[in-house]
Amino acid sequence: MSAKLVQGYEVVIGFETHAQLSTQSKIFSRAPTAFGAEPNTQACAVDLALPGTLPVMNLGAVERAIELGLALGSHIAERSVFARKNYFYPDLPKGYQISQFEIPVVQGGEVAFMLGDEKKTVRLVRAHLEEDAGKSLHEDSSLGGGGQSGIDLNRAGTPLLEIVTEPDMRSSDEAVAYAKKLHEIVTWIGICDGNMQEGSFRCDANVSVRKPGAALGTRREIKNLNSFKFMQQAIDYEVRWQIEEIEDGREIQQATVLFNPDTGETRAMRTKEDAADYRYFPDPDLPPLVIGRDWVERVRAEMVELPWVMAARFCADYGLPEYDAATLTQSMAMAAYFEATAKACGQPKLASNWIMGEVSRRLNSGELAFAQLPVSSTQLAALIGRIADGTISNNAAKQVFDALWSDGDEVDAIIDAKGLRQMNDSSALEAIIDEVLAANAKNVEEFKAGNAKAFNALVGQAMKASKGKANPAQVNDMLKQKLG
Amino acid sequence: MGGARAASGFTSKLPAIYPHNAAAMSLTSSEIARIANLARLDLQPAESERMLGQINAFFDIVTQISQVDTSGVLPMAHPLDAMPTMPPIHLRLRPDLASEPNDREANQRSAPAVERGLFLVPKVIE
Amino acid sequence: MTELHHLGVAELAALLQTKQVSAVEVATRFLARTGGNPHNAFLDIDSEVTLAQARASDAKLANGSAGPLEGVPIAHKDVFVTKDLVTTAGSRMLNGYRSPFDATVVARLRQAGMVTLGKLNCDEFAMGSSNENSAFGPVTNPWNTAHVPGGSSGGSAAAVAARLTPAATGTDTGGSIRQPAAFCGITGIKPTYGRASRYGMVAYASSLDQAGPMAHSAEDCALLLSAMCGPDLDRDSTSLDVAAEDFSAGLGHSLKGLRVGVPQEFFGEGLAADVRSAIDASLAQLQAQGATLVPIALPRTELSIPVYYIIAPAEASSNLSRFDGVKFGHRAADFADLTDMYKKTRAEGFGQEVKRRIMTGAYVLSHGYYDAYYLQAQKIRRMIADDFQSAFAQCDVIAGPVAPTTAWKLGDKADDPVASYLADIFTLPASLAGLPCMSLPVGLGDGGMPVGLQLIGNYLQEAKLLNVAHQYQLATDHHKQQAGAAA
Repeated sequence: MSAKLVQGYEVVIGFETHAQLSTQSKIFSRAPTAFGAEPNTQACAVDLALPGTLPVMNLGAVERAIELGLALGSHIAERSVFARKNYFYPDLPKGYQISQFEIPVVQGGEVAFMLGDEKKTVRLVRAHLEEDAGKSLHEDSSLGGGGQSGIDLNRAGTPLLEIVTEPDMRSSDEAVAYAKKLHEIVTWIGICDGNMQEGSFRCDANVSVRKPGAALGTRREIKNLNSFKFMQQAIDYEVRWQIEEIEDGREIQQATVLFNPDTGETRAMRTKEDAADYRYFPDPDLPPLVIGRDWVERVRAEMVELPWVMAARFCADYGLPEYDAATLTQSMAMAAYFEATAKACGQPKLASNWIMGEVSRRLNSGELAFAQLPVSSTQLAALIGRIADGTISNNAAKQVFDALWSDGDEVDAIIDAKGLRQMNDSSALEAIIDEVLAANAKNVEEFKAGNAKAFNALVGQAMKASKGKANPAQVNDMLKQKLG
Repeated sequence: MGGARAASGFTSKLPAIYPHNAAAMSLTSSEIARIANLARLDLQPAESERMLGQINAFFDIVTQISQVDTSGVLPMAHPLDAMPTMPPIHLRLRPDLASEPNDREANQRSAPAVERGLFLVPKVIE
Repeated sequence: MTELHHLGVAELAALLQTKQVSAVEVATRFLARTGGNPHNAFLDIDSEVTLAQARASDAKLANGSAGPLEGVPIAHKDVFVTKDLVTTAGSRMLNGYRSPFDATVVARLRQAGMVTLGKLNCDEFAMGSSNENSAFGPVTNPWNTAHVPGGSSGGSAAAVAARLTPAATGTDTGGSIRQPAAFCGITGIKPTYGRASRYGMVAYASSLDQAGPMAHSAEDCALLLSAMCGPDLDRDSTSLDVAAEDFSAGLGHSLKGLRVGVPQEFFGEGLAADVRSAIDASLAQLQAQGATLVPIALPRTELSIPVYYIIAPAEASSNLSRFDGVKFGHRAADFADLTDMYKKTRAEGFGQEVKRRIMTGAYVLSHGYYDAYYLQAQKIRRMIADDFQSAFAQCDVIAGPVAPTTAWKLGDKADDPVASYLADIFTLPASLAGLPCMSLPVGLGDGGMPVGLQLIGNYLQEAKLLNVAHQYQLATDHHKQQAGAAA
């Protein structure tokens, strides 16, 4: 591993990610999981821990755990156990969280991604199923006449997969790249909607520093990072802070810290005494979860094609370079769009260029999702077709694309309306070129004297004379021919 | 989850950082205080004293279990585990359907403090 | 005609079905009996609710859609949540609590037609063996009101014995149906773990709690148990997926050839002479009816005490964490901050025994002690279950005392919780194994206090137990004796 030292220290990072699973109902109750409902309207008796209530497991949550395990090459436990994690907090109605402790459902596995040119692999320790807690609302100072927090238990019981890595990461860049890749995977296979603002994908970063070769340093845990930008900032700040402490002769105390996006700083939470004594024991209300091999195989057979498998296929079937294939398979939507376009126009490399280039640029600047793309794959394919068959030049194509984006309509209709048809008539072109050569004798001389730029000037003149309709490739060829 | 983690397989043992101390069975008042805090119970000093005595008497009976040789025996978390006439019981899975209606009013009718549908508690400080 | 309140469930059901009496009449009679709350048996009664149910039952009886127990009254131990009556679980923590749903067992009995008379007193959160741990005062024994009725289903046992209700539901975690049934001279049965749904039962120890009926006879218990049991797959993950059974079907089998296992460990020094004498007589009776006695061994009987008192409090300490003053139940009036609110609320809401068990439970699950206590206890538990399987290779049912003595005096064991724990020695083993077991009255001991015989069956053998008890009750009349105070 190529470690990038910070002030001579090696940075060691491990992640714990909580991904909310995209089920209709909660993990242990039949209340709905939709985001944004009025407080406590999606918290049934089981979620509120009313006396006498009991948990009943959601098949959809288990299936999504299996899908994640398969995607990451993990071992899916044939038998796993739910355990109670006991602690008191107002957003935890039972006074314990049903989670998995000694025997999680998913064991091992890895996430591979590119960091610049380097291939990185982060190993997973485990992923386990557990229930989410509710929410405490502190901001409204009028609640209860002041000094009160309001507890909304709608979120309590939403299924989570807690995904835990080994401390394999060595920089904030690597950590963010990992997080982005994991985010891509869980959204790609459809187990999580990935909406970080709504709290669907939350990361805790365990950060420590050490001199190279030394034992692992004491780590601090930065909790609830829900944006990639904040992740980067928080880790960078925390690393600098820890190094400064050590350099000043102080020891790092194990702590849980929160990142403040306004100040850009991490700050230790009030230390909770006995925070680590959760008194885990197997939940007597839930017999062990048994997952037969035939179920796993069924899920495997029905799973969507994984992004790296699809990327390999793009290279093999469409002859795309690895970089293109990797970029196009960042999201299911982009990959599907590419494939539809490529199949329709038979020009996979051109399709890739357009999607990685023009399409992505506009989506990013407009902060749009693929679903909101106004140009369909059919339209793009038609446009690419007209470039490939020489009807229009690349420049003209950009104008057509503009029109497609803002106004819609058919490619051919736009070409005609804007008069963008390339001149493909050789004799007419020859006539123009002869005129240009005649009118620009100086450039001809300079070119013959060895000035390459002069050639470009001639090309420019020819294009101007043809009112942009000439096929630049043809112009090039013809000029070269005539100039010798 | 805190503590060091072994990347190798999963056993039924807790991580090695937790001391295994079967012999220390007599509680001290500071341990009573620690447990009372864990369990969020406010014990008056006299109560604490009395409880210390009673719990230690209880642990006197309980120590005998450490004499029992249980090597090779699997723990029985559910009586259902031990029924020889039935196939092993495992967790039933229900289909992913959201069928609980919104019953907020009935569910909150015994709540000590509610405002605008939220349960009120003294301000939570992080 | 015999007074209504002297009739059992089967008899009342028959009178109602044949329209010799109406459900409203029956309900009114029993409601009158509860006036003044004899023995402090009840915690909540609402005659409006009861009479409304009785009227509905009468309508069903009239139009031919009556259930098998239509119009027969029943009272519920206050650990079963009910929509129409308050549920306290015998605790200040739940004072005034109104559940938005009925426990499954309550709903099933209502479906069978039974009319709810009220909620019955019990040891707080079902923790106790004498009903002296209730926040609402102790229950007294109808045979001698200076004595305890037993616990934790003390109110249930007393109400039936005093004929305030023909039947009651109880729960049994470590003996809490069998022991009060024995102390009050009535019949009660705990089914195989998982037979009756736990949904709606305020949880004490999840891997041990089971609901069961308490009444005057095995015949009545069979009717009630049939209505109570059955899979609740949608709501209880520990509910057994075994078809509901008619436990009355096999009551008539003769006892010829029945092998009755008698565990030597149940007849040691600690067994009081008067109890031993009544038990011996009952075993002789079974022999006279054709059964053979087979000596068996349950070598880990004594270990069941520490094993139970590690596992049950551990589970309870976690189950009771939901009582935090946030969503329901008691909340302290004065507190400095959130942590203080939790601590004061729970200190005020819970009684001494509950606090003790929460403390020991939290301790045995905590850092460094889990392996030595909880895990070790669960291993010994399996060994105890295996011991029973060895025993059942040699016998069909196991018989012995329910408790070492008859009911003690109120206050005798109040300051010595450990003495109380030790008296559970005969009921704990079957609880730990999850086996069906019952108690039936077999005579009186010193001072005219009832003695109960315990029968333990193999998994899913409730019908056999009820058969043995019923045959015994056909040939004897201990179960027909009236408690002194129940004129």
